[in-house]
Amino acid sequence: MTEPQDRSPVVSRRKLLGAAGAGALIAGAAGAGAGYAAGDQPTAVRADPGALPVTFEGKHQAGIVTPAQDRLYFSVLDVTTASRGDLILLMQDWTRAARQMTAGNDVGELGAVGGAPYAPPEDTGEALGLPPSNLTITVGFGPSLFDDRFGLADLRPERLGDLPTFAGDRLKPELTGGDLVIQACANDPQVAVHAVRNLVRIAFGRASVRYSQMGFGRTSSTSSGQVTPRNLFGFKDGTANIKAEEAKTVDDFVWVQPGDGPDWLVGGSYLVARKIDMRIETWDREALSGQEGIIGRAKGSGGPLSGGDEFDPIDFAVKGDDGEPAIPLKSHVRLAHPDFNDGVQILRRGYNFVDGSNGLGQLSAGLFFISYQRDPEQFSTIQRSLAGSNNDLLNEYIVHVGSGLWACPPGVTADGFWGDTLLS
Amino acid sequence: MKLTPHSLGPAVGALALALTTLAACADDPAESGDLTVSASDDACKVSITDLDAGPQTFKVTNSGSKVTEFYVYAEGDRIMGEVENVGPGLSRDLVVDLPKGEYEGACKPGMIGDGIRQTINVTGDAAAPLSDSEELQAAADSYSRYVKSQSDALIVKTTEFVDAVKAGDVDEAKALFPVARTYWERIEPVAEKFGDLDPITDGREPDAIAEGVDFTGWHRIEKQLWVENNTDGMDTYADQLLTNVKEIVKLGQETPLTALELAQGSKGLLDEVATGKITGEEDEFSHTDLWDFKANIEGSQAAIASLRPVLEEQDPALVKQLDTEFAALDTELNQYQDTSTGDWVFYDELTPDQVKKLSDAVAALSEPISKVAAVVAASA
Repeated sequence: MTEPQDRSPVVSRRKLLGAAGAGALIAGAAGAGAGYAAGDQPTAVRADPGALPVTFEGKHQAGIVTPAQDRLYFSVLDVTTASRGDLILLMQDWTRAARQMTAGNDVGELGAVGGAPYAPPEDTGEALGLPPSNLTITVGFGPSLFDDRFGLADLRPERLGDLPTFAGDRLKPELTGGDLVIQACANDPQVAVHAVRNLVRIAFGRASVRYSQMGFGRTSSTSSGQVTPRNLFGFKDGTANIKAEEAKTVDDFVWVQPGDGPDWLVGGSYLVARKIDMRIETWDREALSGQEGIIGRAKGSGGPLSGGDEFDPIDFAVKGDDGEPAIPLKSHVRLAHPDFNDGVQILRRGYNFVDGSNGLGQLSAGLFFISYQRDPEQFSTIQRSLAGSNNDLLNEYIVHVGSGLWACPPGVTADGFWGDTLLS
Repeated sequence: MKLTPHSLGPAVGALALALTTLAACADDPAESGDLTVSASDDACKVSITDLDAGPQTFKVTNSGSKVTEFYVYAEGDRIMGEVENVGPGLSRDLVVDLPKGEYEGACKPGMIGDGIRQTINVTGDAAAPLSDSEELQAAADSYSRYVKSQSDALIVKTTEFVDAVKAGDVDEAKALFPVARTYWERIEPVAEKFGDLDPITDGREPDAIAEGVDFTGWHRIEKQLWVENNTDGMDTYADQLLTNVKEIVKLGQETPLTALELAQGSKGLLDEVATGKITGEEDEFSHTDLWDFKANIEGSQAAIASLRPVLEEQDPALVKQLDTEFAALDTELNQYQDTSTGDWVFYDELTPDQVKKLSDAVAALSEPISKVAAVVAASA
């Protein structure tokens, strides 16, 4: 039972794909699950790379430089067991389930519908018939995991502490911190939710959810092949993001390198998450020129106000007709730019969120900001530039209500498990 | 408080026999004196603790000031026999058939806690091993005895509650409400078998409104007591409650739960906790949810205890996990009980963090409990 297993469940979503042609074609119709419609040949529609599996194993965890998928389901958990052995078993169980789910398979040996009639199904079943949808599952360890419970105190990286308090923070305790994080990203929200739901279920008795966040409409591109998406303010977001193709930049700014800290984290990365509420209604009443001045870019093209198109270099020296800088001194793009932050960059991987509306009928919406970096100080440097009412003009329209920092261990080997470099 | 596993004999059978038919047991030559249990508020003395296998009669006398109970437990607190509700100055007999093995006798003054315990050794011939179907039957029989003991106390306490309501004694009725419900909540799966009676006895106001029927039962009276602080107009509801409780008890004893129903019931009780008690919805006027919470857990534990021999044989690792999680939940929950009075903290006094911890402990137990029915079904 403790042995890693990779048996095919009764209903294999991967097999479904394979039957349609080595994974190159997708079964276009959800619901054409082999398990209960064996006679129906799924209609092969077209090659859709967004439906394929993403390799789980590797030097680094998937879900960081992987081209950002459309959907996010993000859960933060606290470990409830006091046993180090239980924590290790949990990581092994999670890894086994993640291998299965990222490959498009059910969780467990018997899956969603192959078990005994009086037993609850091992897999919850809502992803039956759905393709893997680029599912990635990424985990990380928060500073609180390194307290005295599990004998990990000596292995806590010095850089893994609490983030500093930034001006204007309005953090809610229930949305801040947490021992463990799971980031599940996929092109189908049902696949992402299924992944986290099953991992949470596996964890009952060992870890308990602190909060969860659903996200949509990736707000960053992490690959040069991707179109820059828009955030809920209507602006292209992530134009100047680190891209996976920039190998040296990625090594310099994303992956923890030998000598940075404890060896167990080499090849890993630090994840910062910030839940940022947007004051949508007041923003919507701001004039177009005002909105553009706050951001520092044109709303339509995404080009900098200094001129040119989206990817043209920004010239912060250019002045407008009024003699003032074309890109205002307190605009978001200027304050966040590497030129004003000692050259520091981060890999952004955030998502929009809408949690319905509040009691006043206002949209409860914003940006679930996620960034990966080699050192959390990279994030802090940029955030210090932005934070506070005297800095980024955008602060009138946003408020940070949640925060977390986790160390994401390196990738998993063929017979390894999440965190084995730390826990073994 | 659990017995160690090594000391116990094989699965126990035929224990159901004849609670009613045996008087002949006391003339066992090995026992010179009477087998008595002297129970007081702080002691529990079983006169003979080395017994021969076979039927035994414990004469339980309560010399204390609190109502007491006496249990004979096998490993894992599996109830071999019990008498409930022994009032001060009263004596009652417990007849129980004990195969070879190690047991614990426990008095529970005030009817709370794990009880004051004493080890009882039973020697003689081991019971013959049971077939699978006999084992399942033994489990169902064991649980039937539990239901019987709870039912008796339920009727007694419900009668006292109804009497207080009809006498207009608001304070007494409020005090008795969670106590009487304890017996109800412990055997809730039995009541739920009888589809029509459960809603009129334990239904909630919005459901009654939605169905267009009169709001009746426990919670109707609860609302009057806590919202209006009187018993006006409650006589009919009170009489009806007692009638229905008696009817459910009668039906429950006519059609006892099967072993599989029992397994499903053990999970059902935890589902009750997770959906009704942990949210404070069940007793929305009185906030006495933790009484119900504890009773559901005890009922679930009794069901699992009855099934224990079956589970031990089929899936010992699951039993171990259940023991661990039941113990963890007890630790989390019991801190909210005043052990001198037996009263629980009111639900609306719990902080969100405390509720979360209880919820985590329930979830941790619910996962292994959800696997019990399949083990029982596979054994059938």
